[in-house]
Amino acid sequence: MAILKRRGGLGPTAPDQQAAGNGLLHRRALLGRGLMLAGAAGVGTGTSLSGAAAEPLEDAEWSRHQGTTVGPIGVRSKFEKDTVRVLSNPKGEPRTQHARTPHQLLSGQITPSHLHFTILHNGIPDIDPNQHKLVIHGMVKQPMVFTMDKLMRYPMVTRQTFVECGGNSAPMFSNEPVQASLQLLHGLASNSEWTGVLLSTLLDEVGVDPKAVWMLPEGADTPALTRSVPLKKAWDDAILVLYQNGERLMAEQGYPVRLLLPGWEGNMNVKYVRRIKITDQPAMTYYEARNYSPVLPDYKAYKFYFVNEVKSFITSPSFGMSLKEPGYYEISGIAYSGSGTIKRVMVSADGGNSWAEAAVQGPAQDKAFTRFHIPWRWDGSPAVLTSRAVDDGGNIQPLRADFVKVRGETLKPVTNPMGFANQHYNSLTCWGINAKGEIAHVYA
Amino acid sequence: MFTLKTLSLAAFVSIGVAGALAAGNDTKNGLGARPGLGAPIPESDIKAWDITILPDGTNLPPGSGTAAVGAKLYVEKGCDQCHGDNAKGGRNPALITEEKMQGQGIETNKTIKDFWAYSTTLYDYIRRAMPWPAPRTLSDEEVYSLVAYILAGNKLIDENAVMDAKTLPQVKMPNHDNFIVRFPERI
Ligand code: HEC
Repeated sequence: MAILKRRGGLGPTAPDQQAAGNGLLHRRALLGRGLMLAGAAGVGTGTSLSGAAAEPLEDAEWSRHQGTTVGPIGVRSKFEKDTVRVLSNPKGEPRTQHARTPHQLLSGQITPSHLHFTILHNGIPDIDPNQHKLVIHGMVKQPMVFTMDKLMRYPMVTRQTFVECGGNSAPMFSNEPVQASLQLLHGLASNSEWTGVLLSTLLDEVGVDPKAVWMLPEGADTPALTRSVPLKKAWDDAILVLYQNGERLMAEQGYPVRLLLPGWEGNMNVKYVRRIKITDQPAMTYYEARNYSPVLPDYKAYKFYFVNEVKSFITSPSFGMSLKEPGYYEISGIAYSGSGTIKRVMVSADGGNSWAEAAVQGPAQDKAFTRFHIPWRWDGSPAVLTSRAVDDGGNIQPLRADFVKVRGETLKPVTNPMGFANQHYNSLTCWGINAKGEIAHVYA
Repeated sequence: MFTLKTLSLAAFVSIGVAGALAAGNDTKNGLGARPGLGAPIPESDIKAWDITILPDGTNLPPGSGTAAVGAKLYVEKGCDQCHGDNAKGGRNPALITEEKMQGQGIETNKTIKDFWAYSTTLYDYIRRAMPWPAPRTLSDEEVYSLVAYILAGNKLIDENAVMDAKTLPQVKMPNHDNFIVRFPERI
């Protein structure tokens, strides 16, 4: 638990700012120190943060002439050209294509639309919104068809929520830690602000038979992807999404309309939705009866693993980065829960021996990415960083030993980080830092 | 703290308003605030899209098929190019297998023979998604035959069994009872 002591002396390393072992500082230490330094400079005792001697300043080349012409679509700095998704099937061979979000290079809570993860089983359909239709039928009073221009006139809601593939974090099932970037380990989850029509509004119009229990949304994509979703979720918070981060949906996210089931397994958030059939039984479709039925160690399997459970990971520092020198660093990461709002995130720098509470970016939103931060003073000796989140329902991210006991791990180490050993991993991720500042993926 | 609470309350209320619009209508039983922009459509006009087969066999089409015909179609329709000779696996999964699940731990191959719980899933999936490059080009009869070929190859039905809307849902899949509903309270 956190060691919370009253803050005292001026020095950034003042021992009573320590919140847990191995140099974790109190989550508000940064704020306090900033204020104190400003004050100190005012009375002429200026201290340098880095201690390195600065060189005289000059105008750079780019400050002296007209810059590039502005275009109709914003472009990123060319210095950010490596901030890209990793592709599993860049040539579009006849199998699934995955693109993974580079969490290690991003901050904040919204995933830029063009870096949002996506999975397409048979490429991106090129749908003309003027011809796309959505039909709702089955156990209803009056089957109805909605054109896109009609759907666009309905009252809309806007909310943030994450979407996460059931197979995100699959390499974490390896019996030995896979040495791979955060992007490869956890890149099949992203967070956007979505705008659309509550599905309940349309269900009200077609009049759902009280005996109905399920709905079967289906896409207009080539495999006509379909899943069985309890109607309870439809009435609760399902949205027919038209906009992502303020603009119309990305083609690969389901343009012109997708189903959004906040907090639930990505594959169920059917893209390009063209038909929703209301029924009294699930269809046991390919993706629910086979793909997204996680196998247990005794060869039984779960079905209907709807919820992406409470989870967190540290994005910085993380695998592939290195700490150049001992001193101050900010630890930052993402926490989320498919059953509610992030309440608390604990961070450890000593592999879970002691924990300090991180600062959580507020207001934390329901079923959405929540950024956490905690200041850390690395003394140059080996450390193991990890995080553990708790949601408002009291659900705690399970420790690895407990998780593996129930869900199992592979018999041999995973060699392909883009493979899917299993699904729905939500235990901890640990980064081991050696005395050289190199970061490895470890189990602690 | 005060500001944070106000903000999240505001977000909640804005969702509540949309909900209220819809709910308010039911009692009025008229157009009211309900947009009412959907166009009524008879089920008969939805037929071409209504391809979902339920586990009890609901919506299985008329027609029938056998393994012998299916074996020919398997090659004619190019299934072998991706799923291999005799459906033993190629660049895409094997459809007919011998090996057992045991021994591979949680990474077990989810084969049709050892893992799939419903025979209807096979009909539904082949009809909606295969052959991968040209889905929904097989006739209902052809799908019955391909399903019969795969089930017979896996020794789940007799060589000469005829698959149709009545016989297919009755095929017993060995792994049927080995699934645990993860979130029953959410259904
Ligand atoms: C161009 C390659 C290709 C061709 C041709 C093809 N398939 Fe497939 N098939 C696939 C892919 C890819 C998958 C996996 C889809 C996924 O993972 O979403 C698949 C999956 C399947 C599955 C599910 C197997 C399992 O255990 O998961 C069946 C059944 C199937 N195909 C039957 C057929 C039949 C019958 C034909 C011929 C009519 C056919 N396929 C032709 C590529 C192909």
